Formats: sequence, C-alpha cells, structure tokens
Amino acid sequence: MKEEIIIAGFGGQGVLSMGKILAYGGIMQDQEVTWMPSYGPEMRGGTCNVCVILSDNKISSPILSKYDTAIILNQQSMDKFESRVKPGGLLIYDPNGITRHPERTDITICKIAAVDEAANLGNAKAYNMIVLGAFLKKKPIVTMENVLKGLKKSLPPRHHGLIPMNEEAITVGMNAVEDIR
Amino acid sequence: MAEKVLMKGNEAIAYAAINCGCDGYFGYPITPQSEVMETLMKEKPWETTGMVVLQAESETSSINMVYGGACCGKKVMTSSSSPGISLMCEGLSYLAGAELPCLVVNVMRGGPGLGTIQPSQGDYYQATKAGGHGDYRMIVLAPASAQDMYDFVDLGFELAFKYRIPAMILGDGVIGQMMEKVEIRPAKARRTEEEIRALCDSWATIGKPAHRGGNTITSLALEADVQERHNIHLQKKYAEIEANEARYSTYKTEDAEHLIVAFGCMSRIGEAVVDYAREQGYKVGLLRPITLFPYPTAAVEALIPQLKSIMSVELNAGQMVSDLKVIANGRVPVNFYGRQGGMIPDPEEVFEAFVKSINK
Repeated sequence: MKEEIIIAGFGGQGVLSMGKILAYGGIMQDQEVTWMPSYGPEMRGGTCNVCVILSDNKISSPILSKYDTAIILNQQSMDKFESRVKPGGLLIYDPNGITRHPERTDITICKIAAVDEAANLGNAKAYNMIVLGAFLKKKPIVTMENVLKGLKKSLPPRHHGLIPMNEEAITVGMNAVEDIR
Repeated sequence: MAEKVLMKGNEAIAYAAINCGCDGYFGYPITPQSEVMETLMKEKPWETTGMVVLQAESETSSINMVYGGACCGKKVMTSSSSPGISLMCEGLSYLAGAELPCLVVNVMRGGPGLGTIQPSQGDYYQATKAGGHGDYRMIVLAPASAQDMYDFVDLGFELAFKYRIPAMILGDGVIGQMMEKVEIRPAKARRTEEEIRALCDSWATIGKPAHRGGNTITSLALEADVQERHNIHLQKKYAEIEANEARYSTYKTEDAEHLIVAFGCMSRIGEAVVDYAREQGYKVGLLRPITLFPYPTAAVEALIPQLKSIMSVELNAGQMVSDLKVIANGRVPVNFYGRQGGMIPDPEEVFEAFVKSINK
C-alpha cells in the first residue's frame, strides 16, 4: 500500500494538524510516513498545504507532482491541485467558498460540507477532523483505532479529554461525505 | 522495540543533542531551522541533563560561545541557516585553526544574500571548500531523513572529537521541516569532568595539573615556519579523514550504465528517478554521498568503468558537479540538473532532464 495525499487550504483550517494525525495513524500501524508542509510566507496567512505519504515500504521522494488524493479546502488550492490528481484518483473538497467546482471526469470527486457540519456540532475546531472522517470513509487506509492512538500520541496529555470530541467529528465526516461522481 | 516518534528533522536535532550528552547549545533563530532552539527551550534540558541552552545576540556571538565551550573539552554545538552560517564562517575558521571539536548544523535556504526561506543546497561549496579564510576543512555530513538528522548529531560529535575538527550537518529546508518517524536511540550521559580530563587533557584548557604545563589554544602563529608546520599537520589530518571516514550509500548501481549522484533531500528524489527510469528501460543507479567532506571519491571511481554517464542533481546552479568532473577526469560525461532559489524538482522533471542529457 502506498497513498500520496495533498491536503490544501487556508492557514488556520487545521491542514497541517490533520496531516500530522493521519501520519501518526500510519505510524501506529507500522507504516512508513512522510509529512512535508509548505512552510513559506503562506503560513503567515493565505494558503497552506501539506503532502502526506503513507506506505508499506520505504518512501523515496517526499515531494511529488501528482497525488492519489487531493483534499481541497479553498479555491486557490482547487486551482492549483485539481489537475495534479492522478487519473483514477480522489478529490475531496469543501464547497464552502468554492466558486469554481472541479471539472475533471477521470477522477472520483466527493464533497464534504465540513463548515456546515462543524457549525451543526457547535464546534468550529472540529472542522479538520470532519474532513479527515470524509477522507477515511472513501479511503480507509488508517483504522479509527489507529487514528485515535495517533491523536493520543500527538496531543499533549492535558488535551486528551478532547479525543472523544475528535472521534465524534471523524464519524460525522464519515457520514456526511457525498459522492459527486 | 525502541520508541518511534513522528518529528521534524529540526526537532530530531534537538532531541538527539539532549540524548547524546551534548553540554551546550548556542544559537540565534532563523527560518527554516528555528525549531531546533524552540524544541530545546521547550524540553528544558538544563533541568535534566544539565545541558546549557542559550539564545545568543547574534550568530557571530553563537559561534564564539561554541569556541569557548570547545576550548574546555565540552560537547558544544550551534545551528543556523545559510545567511547565519555566513556570519559564523570567521569563527569556523578559528575553530578549525585551533583544532577544536564542535558541531554546527546548517539547514540550508536559498541565497545569495538574505535569499528565500525555501530549501536549497547552495552552500555546498561553502561547507566543503570552507566558507572562512585559510586552508581548512570541516567534516560535512549530509542527512536525507529526520532519522539521519537525529543520528548525525552523535556521529558528528564522535568524529569532531576523534579528529579535533568542526563537524557540520549540512541539511536543507526539506529535511529540517519534514516530519518522519524517528527511532529514539539509547541515551548517553554527559561526560563527567574526569572523562573530559581523560579524553582532552593534552589540549583542552581545563586547568594546569601537576603533571603538565598549561594548555594554550590559539589559531595565531606569527612565525611563517610555525604556521606552515601547523598547516602541514592540518593537511595530514584531512588526508587521514579522507582515507578513513568517507560514507555513502548506493541504490541499484550493480548493473547501472548511468549514475545519478545526489545528496540530502535530492538523494530521495534521485531514488524515485532511478525507479521511474528503470520502468522506462534505462539502467540507472544512484550514489548518495553521506559525507561531503570527505567525499566518497573511491566509490564514484569504482563505478566509472561501467558508466556511460553521470548526472549530478542539486538544489543549486551546479556545485558538487565540479567535484564529480574532477573525479571523472574526462573518462565519462558528467551532466548536471538543478533548481535554484527554493524551487524543488519532482522526480519526473529530473527524469526528463536525464533523458535529454544522455541524448544531447
């Protein structure tokens, strides 16, 4: 198994931490992982992305031009990454703020209304976990058990009380993801 | 089984420093390596191992604090990124001249000048040919993963003390910022005063015991013949390092007709290029220098008879390629592909450049 994922959106949406939790989940099931963020001026506001690779084998290049999955959370990232999903790959996006919806017909396209779902939950901070849930529903490459183990490893102990809320948000995302084509 | 933790290369440097018994870190923040000092400040090793962590007022100050600590036989280090390392080069020349062991980490970013904060390998010449003045060398280790960043801290200190020479970890923004899983090695305690005396008594400024006079550390020799003797001694030491400490790894070179040579993050991309090229029917292999000084000259030399071409792939305008041309000495074409200013090529782009280079 090898899955190459780009997660892209605005700084503050939890893009980097979603990637980190996914990567930690991979470590919990003894996979090789790389997590390569954009760390340029974009992290001071504007767009932000992270490339996460999970693999059963050693990972060579952590930098890629094409991805198995693109998780897209703003229009700028849609413009940049839609064309860079491998044919047959997966594109998941949150329609909030998207003015030009994806047009490709050779990939699977799903949407997750994560802004709305987070509002329903009454917890804006659950946003990235809802998106993660949507991804894991479409590509269950990491089990819920290992995601939660990964969360436990990546959160300081004083925040472990938040893990059930995160689990709920992931489940919400799993149930809310919609196939477009 | 040893614990495996997800961390950035920069964080790995900090944890490895604490874990391998480093006595002191002196630094000044600069992207893309600020997590080194951030992690040390968060971990507060002065409360556990007694390691000193100090934010100096500048890079010039940091490297001179390293000089002072090294004079006392302590395991001391600093880290910075390209513009900061330029500021340290005067101090590095003095450390090399005075034969002091220390560890310097350079997480390279694009230059020249203040440049960009994105990854680069533009400091290859500076690191391997010496950025400061005088005929000096440093041991230069080129990490390609977060695990390398962790492991090279201890290795760097070991080599630095073995040869009384500054050692540099020459990383880049990719290796510093990327998170990977890192296996935490068994901890080493800091050296006791007795251990430092046993190891460094012949040179360190650790007092004047009854059995010997005082040690003097200096990089100054006003008499030309004294300076020449010292320089010849240094060159002998560098030759010994070249004979004994070259490190490298190879990937699919057994039947390779074409060789890609790349260090650091580019060796990772190089491996992907090798796999991709082999799918297209090209017999390509990769040589990754792990030490840039000493350069793995003999390893390249050994492959030359079977090669039709060599391509150096670097994040600069072509620096290591000049060393490869010297080694090849006209026996095999040496090509180059690189990106600059913080741009990073993907494997397909490098493959296309490779195909073009062998068909030109």
